[in-house]
Amino acid sequence: MAVILDLLVQGAQMALVLLLAPLLTGLVRKTKARLLRRQGAPIVQPYRDLLRLLRKEVVLAENASWLFRVAPYLIFASTWVAAALVPTFATGLMFNWTADLIAIIALLGSARFFLALSGMDIGTSFGGIGSSREVMIASLAEPAMLLIVFTVALIAGSTQLSTVSAFMASPSVGLRMSLALALVALIMVALAENARIPVDNPSSHLEVTMVHEAMVLEYSGRHLAMIEFGGFLKLLLYVSLIASVFMPWGIADHAAGPVEYAFGAIAYLIKLALVGVLLAVFETAIAKMRVFRVSEFLGAALMLGLLGTLLLFVSRSL
Amino acid sequence: MSIPLSQIGQERRVDCHRPWPRAIVDTRTWNLAASQLALGELSLVGLWGEADCVHMALHDPAEASFAVLSLPCPDQRYPSIGLRHPVALRLERALVDLFGLTPEGLPDTRPWLDHGRWPVRHPLAERSEADAAVLSYPFLSAEGDSLHQIPIGPVHAGIIEPGHFRITASGETVVRLEERLGYAHKGVESLMAGADVTRAGQLAGRVSGDSTVAYAVAFAQAAEAATGCLPPARAQWLRALMAELERIGNHLGDIGAICNDAGFALMQAHCAVLRERVLRAADTAFRHRQMRDCVVPGGVAVDLNAEGLAAVQALIEEIRRRFPALIELYDNTASLQDRMVGTGILDSGLARSFGAGGYVGRASGRNFDARRLPGYAPYEGLSFVVPVRQSGDVNDRVWIRIREVEQSLSLIEQVLSGLPQGPLLAALPVMSGVCEGVALVEGFRGDVLVWLRLDVGGRVARCHLRDPSWFQWPLLEVAIDGNIVADFPLCNKSFNCSYSGHDL
Repeated sequence: MAVILDLLVQGAQMALVLLLAPLLTGLVRKTKARLLRRQGAPIVQPYRDLLRLLRKEVVLAENASWLFRVAPYLIFASTWVAAALVPTFATGLMFNWTADLIAIIALLGSARFFLALSGMDIGTSFGGIGSSREVMIASLAEPAMLLIVFTVALIAGSTQLSTVSAFMASPSVGLRMSLALALVALIMVALAENARIPVDNPSSHLEVTMVHEAMVLEYSGRHLAMIEFGGFLKLLLYVSLIASVFMPWGIADHAAGPVEYAFGAIAYLIKLALVGVLLAVFETAIAKMRVFRVSEFLGAALMLGLLGTLLLFVSRSL
Repeated sequence: MSIPLSQIGQERRVDCHRPWPRAIVDTRTWNLAASQLALGELSLVGLWGEADCVHMALHDPAEASFAVLSLPCPDQRYPSIGLRHPVALRLERALVDLFGLTPEGLPDTRPWLDHGRWPVRHPLAERSEADAAVLSYPFLSAEGDSLHQIPIGPVHAGIIEPGHFRITASGETVVRLEERLGYAHKGVESLMAGADVTRAGQLAGRVSGDSTVAYAVAFAQAAEAATGCLPPARAQWLRALMAELERIGNHLGDIGAICNDAGFALMQAHCAVLRERVLRAADTAFRHRQMRDCVVPGGVAVDLNAEGLAAVQALIEEIRRRFPALIELYDNTASLQDRMVGTGILDSGLARSFGAGGYVGRASGRNFDARRLPGYAPYEGLSFVVPVRQSGDVNDRVWIRIREVEQSLSLIEQVLSGLPQGPLLAALPVMSGVCEGVALVEGFRGDVLVWLRLDVGGRVARCHLRDPSWFQWPLLEVAIDGNIVADFPLCNKSFNCSYSGHDL
């Protein structure tokens, strides 16, 4: 019985991320539009876009290989699994024990690998530029992300998100400099990973400036829907990650009842909305940086992560 | 040996050409002018043709004079100017396409406007059926290890005009940019031939939609110069009002769009609102948002009534109130400045030798404004500053626009306070013979040249319109060199050259 319940709760979490991901993107877009004195599309527009794309015919380039057709599903699937592993409203769900932060990074890394390959598959110049930029950004973002993981893991004593989250919620965590550094670094990495301003402009129409969008220019129909959905999920994943590690308040633990779950879900929604609005405000207030500045930006994230780790060692040895 | 422009070709002056002198010259004088162009003693204002003649408008900065030289070429050949002065290259290539006039020694013989898809060849001269379509077009090469080409356009993702850009890049760095234009060719000059002056004036206003007032004023001034007609004072002042409104509207749109290309949408959101206010005020005052067909040869077609006056005054007040905050936002956003400063630098020597007009020239130290020189009514009675900056980067081109908006606001206030009463329109006198007129008018992009010949019946025999973009497009290719590929839209937007005006 307990197993079935656990499965149900885990299933609820997987469905929840799937349901909420387009909503979060819709909220960010709406907030940005309002900040720019525009009416903006309704918050539910991303759902409609997905439906529209799913109904549309797929237009394939003549020289598209099997990889080009398979990649969208691989990208979607690995991003979905990764997003489902991050605690949202409760810790200690069934799958939480099977994977940790490093596994999440690996899942996202493989999704990116396929995306970069498919960007080059058709052979258009924009796809190639997009892939090359994406890989350059990833090569800087991933080490930074790993250092953040080390910092958090050293403090919490585990790389497993449920444990980390539970530890962070406990009073024993205290106020730590390393955590502040890790938070800043994680936000920077999240911006880069999700192709947000200042690293990439998600709403740009200029092909030569694109990173993520340049790779998916050749996609259409359900393939594009899968990739877009993957993008929504990835944004949700990073927001959930920040929420579960750095603001774990209200999150239900694994032995909780329905009331705690409901409470945790409400808290989660509030956190999502808060981070989404903050993201929109940040993106409106800043211009996109030059492509080569990205290395400095992510280099700073790397150094912050490293500093966080070092500080921990220093403070421990004293 | 430098000869002032006023001394060149004094032997055979054409009497019916006004206001600048036009001289019929021989090959020797033509070549002399070419060498002076190459030395930078003269600057090219325009180069156009007829079936058996080629004309060149020149400006001598030293003595502040203008003149037109005409070289008859009955055998359809003339010595190339582009051979010595690269500014003329594309103009001469266009002459080959439109007239079949062959420039001897032209280094680049590829077609320019004719992409091999026209049903006829040489549409402005002896038309002949086009041969089989020649669609291949060799782009200039760039050699080196691991270079790759990026084709952009002619169909773009935004709602803009068509043009093809071929970027050769080494990684993210642009090694060479080559433009290919001509997709927006409409055959305006061919439509004008044989049209009456009113109809031709309307056509002129449709060459480039965002500069419709500038083109209409330029055409009207050329027609008035040809016929010796003096438009009423009120009409001249209203033309200035429209021209400045057009300038403000376009500059505001550009400032926002440049920032948007740097991923800073906030600036565009605010500038777009202000631009819309300009268009609406123009709609109230002149009953057309872009003031198309409001300027006609002989005067203006629409008067400014009390309601329109109030609308323009309210507009000035609103821009004066809200624009400083936007300048502040532009100047104090560090991430935006990081993109703008030092990007797409245009060398001041090149700007001078190409005779780049408007913000492109003025951001690179070229102090030229057609409102000042040759100057036209009513600007000699108004006080304004022509802003000039030296760095020639995107940031300077934005700042020139900002300063020009401020100057135009002040000009509009002066026009509104000094607007004379009186009639709006003077009839063009009927001329007994062929007459020719030329005008240089400052549009928001730079100086628009119109050259016009009316035949005995008062119909247009030949009209040439030269957009400022002819001298700005080639400079974009230079300014982008060594920048990163992703900064191309930013540089392109800061030039904001016209496709339609260039392709004609």
